[in-house]
Amino acid sequence: MGYDPKNPMEGRITDLGPKYYGDMLPPVIKENKGKWLYHEILEPGVLVHVSETGAKVFTVRCGSPRLVTVSYVRDVCDVADKHCDGHVRWTTRNNIEFMVDAEEKVGPLKETLKGYGNSFPIGGTGASVSNIVHTQGWVHCHTPATDASGPVKAVMDDLFEYFTSMKLPAQVRIALACCLNMCGAVHASDIAILGIHRTPPMIDHERITGVCEIPLAIAACPLGAIKPAKAEVNGEEIKTVKVNNERCMFCGNCYTMCPAMPLADPEGDGIAILVGGKVSNAKSAPKFSKLVVPFLPNTTPRWPETVEVIRNILEAYAKGAKKYERVGEWAERIGWEKFFEETKIPFTDKSIDDYRLAYDTWRTTAQFKFTSHTAAYTK
Amino acid sequence: MAKHETPLLDELEKGPWPSFVTDLKRQAETKPECWDILGQLELSYKDRITHWKHGGIVGVFGYGGGIVGRYSDVPAQFPGVEHFHTVRIAQPSGLYYTTENLRALMDLWEKYGSGVTNMHGSTGDMIFLGTRTENLEPLFWDLTHDLGQDLGGSGSNLRTPACCLGESRCEWACYDSQEICNHLTQHYQDEIHRPAFPYKFKFKFSACPNDCVAAIARSDFSVIGTWKDNIRIDQAAVKEYMADNAEYPSNGGAHKGGDWGPFDIQKEVIDLCPTQCMWMEGDELKIDDAECTRCMHCINVMPRALRPGAEKGASILIGAKAPILDGAQFSTLVIPFIEVNKESDFEEVIDVIEKVWDWWMEVGKNRERVGETMQRVGLPTFLSVMEVEPLPQHVKEPRSNPYVFWKEEEVPGGWDRDVKEFRKRHAA
Repeated sequence: MGYDPKNPMEGRITDLGPKYYGDMLPPVIKENKGKWLYHEILEPGVLVHVSETGAKVFTVRCGSPRLVTVSYVRDVCDVADKHCDGHVRWTTRNNIEFMVDAEEKVGPLKETLKGYGNSFPIGGTGASVSNIVHTQGWVHCHTPATDASGPVKAVMDDLFEYFTSMKLPAQVRIALACCLNMCGAVHASDIAILGIHRTPPMIDHERITGVCEIPLAIAACPLGAIKPAKAEVNGEEIKTVKVNNERCMFCGNCYTMCPAMPLADPEGDGIAILVGGKVSNAKSAPKFSKLVVPFLPNTTPRWPETVEVIRNILEAYAKGAKKYERVGEWAERIGWEKFFEETKIPFTDKSIDDYRLAYDTWRTTAQFKFTSHTAAYTK
Repeated sequence: MAKHETPLLDELEKGPWPSFVTDLKRQAETKPECWDILGQLELSYKDRITHWKHGGIVGVFGYGGGIVGRYSDVPAQFPGVEHFHTVRIAQPSGLYYTTENLRALMDLWEKYGSGVTNMHGSTGDMIFLGTRTENLEPLFWDLTHDLGQDLGGSGSNLRTPACCLGESRCEWACYDSQEICNHLTQHYQDEIHRPAFPYKFKFKFSACPNDCVAAIARSDFSVIGTWKDNIRIDQAAVKEYMADNAEYPSNGGAHKGGDWGPFDIQKEVIDLCPTQCMWMEGDELKIDDAECTRCMHCINVMPRALRPGAEKGASILIGAKAPILDGAQFSTLVIPFIEVNKESDFEEVIDVIEKVWDWWMEVGKNRERVGETMQRVGLPTFLSVMEVEPLPQHVKEPRSNPYVFWKEEEVPGGWDRDVKEFRKRHAA
């Protein structure tokens, strides 16, 4: 018996929830859960955890493109069956972790992983650039201003040496969101790639009455740029909306609510770069990422401008920051004026906040550093 | 044989990072619709806009969410992606799998879908990416009947909760983040599957303030592990760190690839402590725990010498969200310390959750995240709703403006006054 469309509620099972995690833990994990004493990163991508029972578990972490096929997952299963008694896990950054219970099992596991070519690069531990938390992009979403999988691949190719090594001052978290709904971690990452629009929505008067709940579209605007209006369609007056283009900052939230207000545009759309966010409480409190590059074009298929800016920021940080200093801690210590000088990123009015609580971000002190930006004042 | 030419995407087969294009092409040999995914994506790379139509409302009977509908705007060109709905599958807490379970899930998806997945979605779900409407019910039938597993959440409801790996493989876990995550996911199945809220609501559980699941940034209800007694110090191990013993690398070996010189406890630990509550006394490391804010830095740097205290629990922070509408928010500290007990079926935490929901479901506006509702009514009102006494720990700093609300009953004599009485003492 299977699903019967004539009796849809017949035999239906609901509210099962997920499979119980405790039934899928590797034996060494199950036996030592809550008993771990310490850990060490043996080499990039390889960790050992030591239990108070003396037991050890060795973890090999591999990069993954997140968007993967059933064939790829079956490859993962083949590796886990061969070396890990059929156990494997994923991380919160979408890397894959294979675990074994003895050091001598690590080498053969790594050999097998290398046999899959580029599929399972080992790394992502310690003071590295680990995987990029990212979104759907043009592969599945209807509101993106850029792609996700493509830019992520281009950036990770360029920064690959930092995935497979641990030579940075601290871990660097990169995230991408293809629009400012920011599904994922863009608002709190060391370096963030954000899809943005620069053109107001178009209004499809012929469809709007049929497909939109107009008050929701009006309420969707953070700046009150949308108001009710009337228009004539085929000689008939219809209810629609009007957008005050001067007040629109292209967030796209009205399109989320109303299919008759599309705004995607090949030339207008692109990428903004934000830096300096973090979620951990270590040393400094969690920080939001700040906008430092307002626009880079969607140059398919490899986004060279975006790749270059990110490498440039990463290298300036790697050169200037102290051990344990996250990108945001570095930028705040040296001052944002120095951040822009060290990274040679042109400063524009677009980085100056003008939304609601903006005043809190302006400089209300005489403390600042003279930089190339103030050259005109120090001649 | 390629069904569509993909010169732009072919460029993304180059380079050392695993290529989603190469993977999709291999899958296309057995799942031809993968060619249409690639074909439409290539068109997007050419046009530099998305080719998915707006929205899409599909699902399974009995549930109000779990599946994200999606339709191609060029179905004649790419019939394989005419319908391309996403199915969210509830993931095990901590993302541990057996290959038996994974293979069964992959077989199911090969049978009913495109063979493309996301491992995993940002909220935590396993994502099955791309199937047709008529496959949804049969897929759900097999998922529940054969695999004993369920969908995740979407829409204005409790979304799929997620956690760090917690006690399973971390010495810093201050509570069992996996167990509470799983327990509350099961406890609130109805709230996950049938949208009843003003907007979405997320739970995330991190077992220490390193916050490996980013609870403070990515969940309306953030449970972050902590302790209330003293950091446990192994002075012998401290000496090993100070002696630069190779078996005691700083930060667990996280900086092995850099040239940072010999370990310097003063520079790398004591001087970086945010409250300056650590010092050396002879060759003993001292911590004034009353001044410690439990940021984790010293423990992170010397994992063999320092451990979180033994009286463990969690802080509860509420209200994180992304920018839309009123700006991004981190969660705000509401409960400084709470015990996280499996023995009580997590009743203490459940009480807090239900106080938030009882109130927010009533006063939250349409599509208003709880963090925005908190801002609208103000933190003092929210704390009184939560029946929490205001504490200095609730603020970074006291307010600087003097625009203070008082309740009438707090003021002797109340607000009902007669101006004529006032004039007797103060002529106009």
